[in-house]
Amino acid sequence: MTDLLAHDDVLAPNAPFHGLVGQPLRRKEDPKLLTGEGKFTDDLVIPGALYMAVLRSPFAHARIRSIDVSAAAAMPGVRAVFTGADLTGEWAAAMPCAWPVTADMKNPEHYPLAVSKVSYVGDGVAVVLAETSRQAEDALAGIVADYEPLAAVIGLEDALAGGTIIHEAIGTNVSYVWDLKPNEEGVDAAFAAAVHTVKERYVQQRLIPAFMEPRAVCVVPQPFGGEFVVYSATQIPHILKVMLGLTVGVPEQKLRVIAPAVGGGFGGKLNVYAEEVLCLALARRMRAPVRWTETRSENTQATVHGRGQIQDIELAADANGKVTACRVRLLADMGAYLQLVTPGVPLLGSFLYTGVYDIANFSFSCTAVFTTKTPTDAYRGAGRPEATYAIERAMDTLAYQLGMDPAELRRRNYIPTEAFPYQSAGGLIFDSGNYAPALEKALGHADYKALRAEQSARRASGSKVHLGIGISSYFEMCGLAPSRALAGLNYGAGGWEAATIRILPTCKVQVITGATPHGQGHETAWSQIVADKLGISPDDIEVLHSDTAISPLGLDTYGSRSLAVGGTAIWMATDKVIAKAKAIAAHQLEAADDDVEFVNGTFSVKGSPDRALPLAAIAFGAFTAHNLPDGMEPNLEAHTSYDPPNFVFPFGTHIAVVEVDEETGRVDLRKYVAVDDCGNQINPLIVQGQLHGGIVQGIAQALFEEAVYDDNGNLLTSTFADYLVPSAAEMPMITLDHTVTPSPTNPMGVKGVGEAGTIGSAPAVINAIVDALHVPFGILDMAMPASPLTVWKAIEASRA
Amino acid sequence: MIPAAFDYVRVDSADAAVAALVEHGEDAKILAGGHSLVPLLKLRLASPSVLVDVGRVKDLSFIRDAGDHIAIGALTRHRDVETSSVLAEHVALLPLVAREVGDPQVRHRGTIGGSVAHADPASDLPGAMVALNATLVARGPKGERTIAAADFFQGFLTTALGADELLTEIRVPKITGAKANYQKFNRRAQDWAIVGVAAWKLNGACGVGLVNMGSAPVKAGSVEAAVNGGASAADAAASAADGTEPPADLNASVEYRQHLARVLTKRALEACGA
Amino acid sequence: MNVSITVNGQKQSHDVEPRTLLVHYIRENCSLTGTNIGCDTSSCGACTIHLDGEAVKSCTILAVQADGGIVGTIEGLAVDGVMHPMQESFRENHGLQCGYCTPGMVMAAISLLDEIPNPSEQDVRLGLEGNLCRCTGYHNIVKAVLAVAEKANA
Repeated sequence: MTDLLAHDDVLAPNAPFHGLVGQPLRRKEDPKLLTGEGKFTDDLVIPGALYMAVLRSPFAHARIRSIDVSAAAAMPGVRAVFTGADLTGEWAAAMPCAWPVTADMKNPEHYPLAVSKVSYVGDGVAVVLAETSRQAEDALAGIVADYEPLAAVIGLEDALAGGTIIHEAIGTNVSYVWDLKPNEEGVDAAFAAAVHTVKERYVQQRLIPAFMEPRAVCVVPQPFGGEFVVYSATQIPHILKVMLGLTVGVPEQKLRVIAPAVGGGFGGKLNVYAEEVLCLALARRMRAPVRWTETRSENTQATVHGRGQIQDIELAADANGKVTACRVRLLADMGAYLQLVTPGVPLLGSFLYTGVYDIANFSFSCTAVFTTKTPTDAYRGAGRPEATYAIERAMDTLAYQLGMDPAELRRRNYIPTEAFPYQSAGGLIFDSGNYAPALEKALGHADYKALRAEQSARRASGSKVHLGIGISSYFEMCGLAPSRALAGLNYGAGGWEAATIRILPTCKVQVITGATPHGQGHETAWSQIVADKLGISPDDIEVLHSDTAISPLGLDTYGSRSLAVGGTAIWMATDKVIAKAKAIAAHQLEAADDDVEFVNGTFSVKGSPDRALPLAAIAFGAFTAHNLPDGMEPNLEAHTSYDPPNFVFPFGTHIAVVEVDEETGRVDLRKYVAVDDCGNQINPLIVQGQLHGGIVQGIAQALFEEAVYDDNGNLLTSTFADYLVPSAAEMPMITLDHTVTPSPTNPMGVKGVGEAGTIGSAPAVINAIVDALHVPFGILDMAMPASPLTVWKAIEASRA
Repeated sequence: MIPAAFDYVRVDSADAAVAALVEHGEDAKILAGGHSLVPLLKLRLASPSVLVDVGRVKDLSFIRDAGDHIAIGALTRHRDVETSSVLAEHVALLPLVAREVGDPQVRHRGTIGGSVAHADPASDLPGAMVALNATLVARGPKGERTIAAADFFQGFLTTALGADELLTEIRVPKITGAKANYQKFNRRAQDWAIVGVAAWKLNGACGVGLVNMGSAPVKAGSVEAAVNGGASAADAAASAADGTEPPADLNASVEYRQHLARVLTKRALEACGA
Repeated sequence: MNVSITVNGQKQSHDVEPRTLLVHYIRENCSLTGTNIGCDTSSCGACTIHLDGEAVKSCTILAVQADGGIVGTIEGLAVDGVMHPMQESFRENHGLQCGYCTPGMVMAAISLLDEIPNPSEQDVRLGLEGNLCRCTGYHNIVKAVLAVAEKANA
């Protein structure tokens, strides 16, 4: 078993830390989660709560003729049954989409329950409220819904052709066309002059986020004041509060949203869901707590899917393999409706199609279409894994065409280190990068030369088990996001994050963050940052989060933003509180501010170490306020809202080594090496964990997972028996190493790492499979997931 | 998800179970370990009105050397089959197959009788039953009868058991000293077989059973005959898919399953020294 | 009907509908919510507990089937506030992130080492085939289980 990671080189030499940051601290979060004390939403005991169950459409596309709830309403324990038509008066606005990517984007109005028409299997049409969850589930069988089935629209090109229009009111299945075409003449000229061109089509299959904790929501009306407490298994309590207020018409100040322990999200809980809106509206209507917990079979249909794109990518290159242009045309599956950020996902990928390469000319266009399937939205990486897959697959195709080693082709095209900050053809400025060392380190760990020798030897021996080595050099843009950049993309909110540092009288510290962890370990990492700066123990720090009454300002956790944006806010708020403490110390030490220094938790006068006051004394002094500078407010507390000036761009190279059995089509992942660079690492243990999990999700896309629909729009992979989330038995140990290239964008020099693994891994695996098969069988592409059936069929087809 | 409501009858003997089946007729279902039935109840794909729980019936959990065969009680758990030294010595194929059933948690609760009586053609153990020429013992209102495995499995989830009969015992002829192998092909370790091949070979005799190659487990008679006639593993395996009608699903087409059956049969036979 | 089950050493007795799953009994009747539900098809293992000393999926057992049995859940592992070595090792090796699969994973891992005290990496991977985790990629979980075995065998 290999664990290469040494903990002593996770910071750049000049990193602004004092010893605690960079350590693999064990997580504060763990004891409660390991002992069963962590409370997830469904664990909450809420006396008097009514249990909601949702009747869902069995048809992908149908008109609702009638819904008879009378029998269900009479069943034991049932307190109410509502159809969509019964609830139209409850809504102040339709379900929200926060990202109208173009001025003329088509956004079909939809409500928590369908009223006249359903547009995917799983679309809610009625709800039961009963005294127990069993009674609610039983009563669903008592509702008689009559539908007039219409033609399902499944394929993206069928949707584009428009033979069946799903939303008559908008008259088209196209939601929008979004272009990023800064230099069409240059692109055309580069293709005209190219010695080599590559033109490939890739399909990003639909994926199900499959977080382990199904969604759950519980809304509790408060006994007076008209307030509601909303508990939800969500990544975005702050955004949810705003959207619930707008949708249900409850004044925002009357809403308190709490995300208790949340069992994973991966983008799937970055949304405003019908069930959250329903529970709030029904709690208001019934004057009782209303709760709902998703079953897994519901989850696969009623929670957003990810990916779902057809990518056409073209590369132009000169005789030496230098890529001169990249042209991408995308067809993106929105599903039945636009959810919170559905239309923006392809845009998040658009800037990454030129990859880590110095490509001068770029053209991108995305056409987004509706289908009669579950809506798509963010899923780990959101647009960026798709983009990385396309460029990294196309680079390998180009390498084969050139007869060049894929590693060598990459070296020739990397953006040179000295070119950073780099003005990309797509318009963004990439903050920092040093791509070649990560590649060379990865090749070393993989023992690349020996693998190539083994591959040749196997081929010579006539072995039917083929060795393949796949390289993927990725980067990504995260740390979402500069608010002005979001404005340029028409996103409906900003990208800042908020933090408050409060030093209590006894020198214990509350850190209040607008980031909302659901597995990422913020309580540990934020404690580490603050403790490192204040010179106190991380155990003396409490990180408060995920409750809009305690942490009223925040923009939540997604897009690998928490550290680069939320962590920076904490850094800056800590600086502010130190500055105030320093002023108090200077006053009490009778020295000028500039003559006081703060080292290891103690303020002292420069050159007179005996004239010193510990932070604890200042904390208590700020509380008593007996001896503060004139005009200074009591207490040690500081707040920051931080808006980042740019995205951050982590990167790395991954290498997958596979064995492909030509007789069965089975792919075994023999080895996986990842060398990643996320700048300075606050806690390498957490960095590794994020990478391990992210990498496996990308491997899962490459080899295992797909949300499969039949021609009638039925989801054929609606349980964990059919949707193949891999287990430990299918995965290898992962060899991790790193380089450290700090981001100049933020004071800690950090970049995000939550999605990097997923972004880098899928193309490495598929490149490895194609690498194994292209010489013996002439195979140049492999569809995802590369199931044994898919691989066997490709081999059979090559023989025909 | 929660099963639809049902009446629950707990019995403490095989005869009491049979009496309950007689009383409740077609609406009753036997509950043993529950690892085939409870998942169906939760998804409401099955809604029997009465469950007859035989889990506490004494004397139906055993693995006994009975001279020319090993007798296995129907309530014997997969884990006990997997770890039985008696079986390892005399019917080495069976522990190899049992350890591939589901996952450890399933093997702790699921029973051999439950799996065999459920007769899912994608399950591992029914295929082993036909490979091993097992005899199944059924208790009914008129007493006990024995059914050859080849006659027991009649189709998808369908067996020769009457609605009023309880599977009580499985008798497996001894093949002491045989080489055995189970080739289970799936995408995740915990999943059902896409195709499975259970094989054993001893001197001039062999047995080959195919999993998920039809609506019922398939005994590969032509392969067995070829091996017994001295054919190489590769030659014998060539006929493994002959006459089979396997299902097509997300994991495999008909042609792919037939191809896999040939490849896996060859591998299983080679592992058995054929 | 009435069922009596010893849960974490305490005798519990409740009237339940026959269709009550053991996991619902544990969560609702016994108010022990550490045991989680992650799927409907016995696939994910989040609900893994110990029944009569062995790891089982409590979503696939009726409470009435466990009548008279001895159940151990994640809440019963720590003794006097000191975590079980498996819990400690999961923390030491960062074998959990969101923590939802963790109780089932820990219970399965303890049962695994009961049966294979000195496992190989492959033994651990296969032994956890019935437990899905979406966060960790399993690397650190496997490390955590191996570390417990190594310490016990040292």
